[in-house]
Amino acid sequence: MNIFGIDILSFLVVAPALAAFIMLILPQQKTIARWAALLMSLGIGAAAVAVFFAYNREVPGYQMEVQVQWFELLGASWHVGIDGVSAAMVLLTGILTPLAILISWEIEDRVNVHLALILFFQTGLFGVFVALDLMIFFLFYELSLVPMYFLINQWGGPNRQYASTKFMIYSLGGSLGMLLAIQLMGATAGTFDIPALVAQPELWTRFAGNNGLFLGINIETVKALAFVGFFVAFCIKVPVWPFHTWLPDAHGEAPTAGSMLLAGVMLKLGAYGFLRLVIPLFPDVWVMPINILGFFETNWAGIFAFLAMLGVVLGAFAAFGQNDIKRLVAYSSVNHMGFVAMGLAVTAVAYGEQFMNASTEHMQNAILATNGAVLQMFNHGLSSAGMFLLAGAIYHKTHTRDMTQYGGLWVKAPIYGGIFIFTSMASLGLPGLNGFVSEFLVVRGAWPVFTWLTVISMIGLLFTGSYILKGIRAVLHGPFNMHWKDYHLEIELREVVAIAPLLALMLITGLAPNWILTVINESVTRILGG
Amino acid sequence: MTEGFSLPILSLIIFIPIVAAVILLFMNPQQRDLIRGISIAAAAAVLALSAAVYFGYNGQVEALEAEQARLLEEGGDAPATAMFERGLAFEEKVPWVESLGISYHLGVDGLSAPMVLLTGMVAVAGVLISWNIQDRIREFMAFFMLLVAGVYGVFVAIDLFVLFFFYELAIFPMYLLIATWGWVQLREYAAMKLTLYILIGSVIALVGVIAMYFVAGQFFTDNPNLLPEGARAYSFDMTQIMFAAEQGAFNVPYVGEITFSQVWFPFIFIGFAVLAGVFPFHNWSPDGHVAAPTAVSMIHAGVLMKLGAYAALRVGVQLLPEGAEVHLPWIVFLTLINVVYGAFIAFRQRDFKYVIGFSSVSHMGLVSMGWATMNLTGMTGAGLQMFSHGAMTALFFGCVGMVYDRAHTRDIPSLGGFIKKMPWVGFAFIVGGLTSMGMPGLSGFIAEFPIFQGMWQASENITLQIGSFTLSNYYSILVILAALGIVITAAYVLRVTSQVFFGEFDAEKYPEVGDIAITDRVILILLGAPLIIIGVYPSIMAPMIQSGLRPVLAMLGVGG
Repeated sequence: MNIFGIDILSFLVVAPALAAFIMLILPQQKTIARWAALLMSLGIGAAAVAVFFAYNREVPGYQMEVQVQWFELLGASWHVGIDGVSAAMVLLTGILTPLAILISWEIEDRVNVHLALILFFQTGLFGVFVALDLMIFFLFYELSLVPMYFLINQWGGPNRQYASTKFMIYSLGGSLGMLLAIQLMGATAGTFDIPALVAQPELWTRFAGNNGLFLGINIETVKALAFVGFFVAFCIKVPVWPFHTWLPDAHGEAPTAGSMLLAGVMLKLGAYGFLRLVIPLFPDVWVMPINILGFFETNWAGIFAFLAMLGVVLGAFAAFGQNDIKRLVAYSSVNHMGFVAMGLAVTAVAYGEQFMNASTEHMQNAILATNGAVLQMFNHGLSSAGMFLLAGAIYHKTHTRDMTQYGGLWVKAPIYGGIFIFTSMASLGLPGLNGFVSEFLVVRGAWPVFTWLTVISMIGLLFTGSYILKGIRAVLHGPFNMHWKDYHLEIELREVVAIAPLLALMLITGLAPNWILTVINESVTRILGG
Repeated sequence: MTEGFSLPILSLIIFIPIVAAVILLFMNPQQRDLIRGISIAAAAAVLALSAAVYFGYNGQVEALEAEQARLLEEGGDAPATAMFERGLAFEEKVPWVESLGISYHLGVDGLSAPMVLLTGMVAVAGVLISWNIQDRIREFMAFFMLLVAGVYGVFVAIDLFVLFFFYELAIFPMYLLIATWGWVQLREYAAMKLTLYILIGSVIALVGVIAMYFVAGQFFTDNPNLLPEGARAYSFDMTQIMFAAEQGAFNVPYVGEITFSQVWFPFIFIGFAVLAGVFPFHNWSPDGHVAAPTAVSMIHAGVLMKLGAYAALRVGVQLLPEGAEVHLPWIVFLTLINVVYGAFIAFRQRDFKYVIGFSSVSHMGLVSMGWATMNLTGMTGAGLQMFSHGAMTALFFGCVGMVYDRAHTRDIPSLGGFIKKMPWVGFAFIVGGLTSMGMPGLSGFIAEFPIFQGMWQASENITLQIGSFTLSNYYSILVILAALGIVITAAYVLRVTSQVFFGEFDAEKYPEVGDIAITDRVILILLGAPLIIIGVYPSIMAPMIQSGLRPVLAMLGVGG
């Protein structure tokens, strides 16, 4: 499938960057800039939707593949292609970006640059999701930091300087270990092609000389260190507890559109990295026994699941403790992404055991949990973007994020209140809406594998309910704060238009998830070899 | 590869600036527009010729690659020398002082062609940024042109005597430019310090080269059958000395059991690397950069430091490979200090220009580190880094100069919000900053990634032997430590960017600050665009540098 003579995946990657460039040279006139950005991102979004529907789930392997020599010296090539998981993520990115641009219409300061950065960010996101070459993957993974840094640093809240620098240094420093590990693998394998690397996990034995040593140390240790490099980098991005501390600051200070894309898509880069790279590249490390303090035996997958559980529980606690509405939503991301991590931990166990001793004991559970994790990535994209949109909408009108200042706003803003409750319920995991389907799948898949951790996570769900209700109560219920009596607080038409697609997708996915779940399922089943 | 190019294009590149300098000195100092016009015309002409050289060479790289592989396959007496000679293009050779074996021998290969292009870019940018110099612009431009000619001469010289001739020729106008037009508070000290450091380094290297000349000459006198027909035994021609080196002329015991090449390699390599700012001889560089006028900082950090790295490779590694194998495994520690310590010191600076000065020390450490990997991946990365850092740092110094010209201070904490008044400069500085922190999609990543990967590869086979003590696999530790430099770089780049370009702009304090002139925009585009182009499309340069490095690797016995 070609658009303007280039294949559609490359088009998806290149077009937003070109659109960003066009934004920079357009006249500095707000109306023109806003409409131009919206129309261009709608066009790109349409291409993303087309990719999703053109993806044929019955055909195994990657589709729409393109491979062109790029950096011959290192054996890196421009290799892009999608499977069901990337197709879902491409769709999410394609949908969220125009909505984020529509929301950024409220920005009055340096409109062109702001919109250009959002479009440029989209290039980074698409690039990661379609990359099938480790170097291309890393390129876009890092590149996506730059526009987000400037969005926070330039258009963020009062504490933006601190938040943006923390975000940047955390992310850059975190991916350093991954960078070194990638170089190490490239130096040995001579290629960065992801399918080729995944197809030969015995690659690491090539490192070892005759004596089983590499660089003077045990090959297993080298491998574990490389694994930790990847693990930490993606844990920061997801974020998995305790690597999450950059997130509340970044989310809290980012402008609304920035938060929407940050929570909606950028966090998924981490989870996607686990599924695409860390699990297939290091299947044995995940299940290698680790002895903690001599009496407790576990493995990396177990540790990951434990951290995921803590993310679910502590994320919910922390969210409950917030009075700042954006920080509340930010911590809810830690909470929800914990379920993604939990699902991925199950994937890692099943994949690793199958690799090590061809055991398929956990395979069926893993397929369920992985489906749940990927669907949760998509769902969290919808609901967190929606929540940030709503938090931004109220902030834009009241200029405060302190929930104790709100109170009883339902009177002034009934439509806003309705939408707020609907979105909150989706985030809460109310049956019939999207969050329920994915969290149920994760829990169902994880239960037989990590029974106790799952049990504790489910108790954590109780606190998810608490903080969601706390948010609703603080914003909508209670006595009306007379301070706002002369304010216009009702949601604007533009904002309704921006959130309507999200609401529709939440409902559709909640009632009939098969439109996307079948696509994910076929690929997940194939990844796990089931 | 000279067929089809009857024009002595390299000589033109060297002599156009010299002629321009002479004409300028005879002009009426009041005719400022004419002076500028002649300068920019000369600079633009050499840039155009440089681009012709670069792209002319680039078009032939693929064929050259096959040829080199064939030569290596065939073996023969001296495959590395044959590969090197085959790679030379735009050659000119005229006997100069025949009794001493000196010839005016010019040529470019895959390693020097990018440097020639870089010099042209920085020359044009330097003239443009000096557009509004008030004080004796005639002399300034004339000396600047001489400096450019000297730099070009080093990059295209194939004869070692010619190489030194131009090397010293570049230092003399440099001294005058800094001492006369530099920053009042520091200029005399800095100019003196810089000149002495570089002179001492180059004199040591020169002694080494003369020793090489005699040993190689003696070798050919003893083995006249090896001598190419019609050639003199004693010669400064690099191809001939390389031929001798490949036949083992320098692997003879020299001091006791230690061979000639082991004795002289550290002196020659570090002698040149002083100019590349290798620790602990980097001290001249930040002072020199800060004291110099903007155009000179640009050419100095952008091109002149590469002269050191280039000559260290060309004369040191290429001609004394056996010494390189013995000594580079410890020199790599010095380069590591460059990378990490330079970044730390840059982070601590208050003066805008010192930040960039120390960042050059840090980044040039990566170039030397790339040479020390002694494999194709790492060395190609170093070659790319030379070009990338050259354009990037020239861009940085250009930005600093533009800010300083309008704000009259370089104190970082008292600046702020300049992007509102100077959006072009702010944008260019951000692109340069991202390049310097190795952001993917820009040339810094394209250069640093192979250097680091080369370090990983090198850690498998390089060992350091001191007496009975053997250290192996330590390159992997070094690469991890060097990667820390990236994070520190990111920290100082973000700090400077946010303090100088963002934040509140104080309109009362800086009434003169306004947007930049069109000439300044040309500078920013000229230097910024290559960073993006190489970052997106590395194949425009990497294969060329690889072809230039294959003979060196063949000398090192690593093969292509």
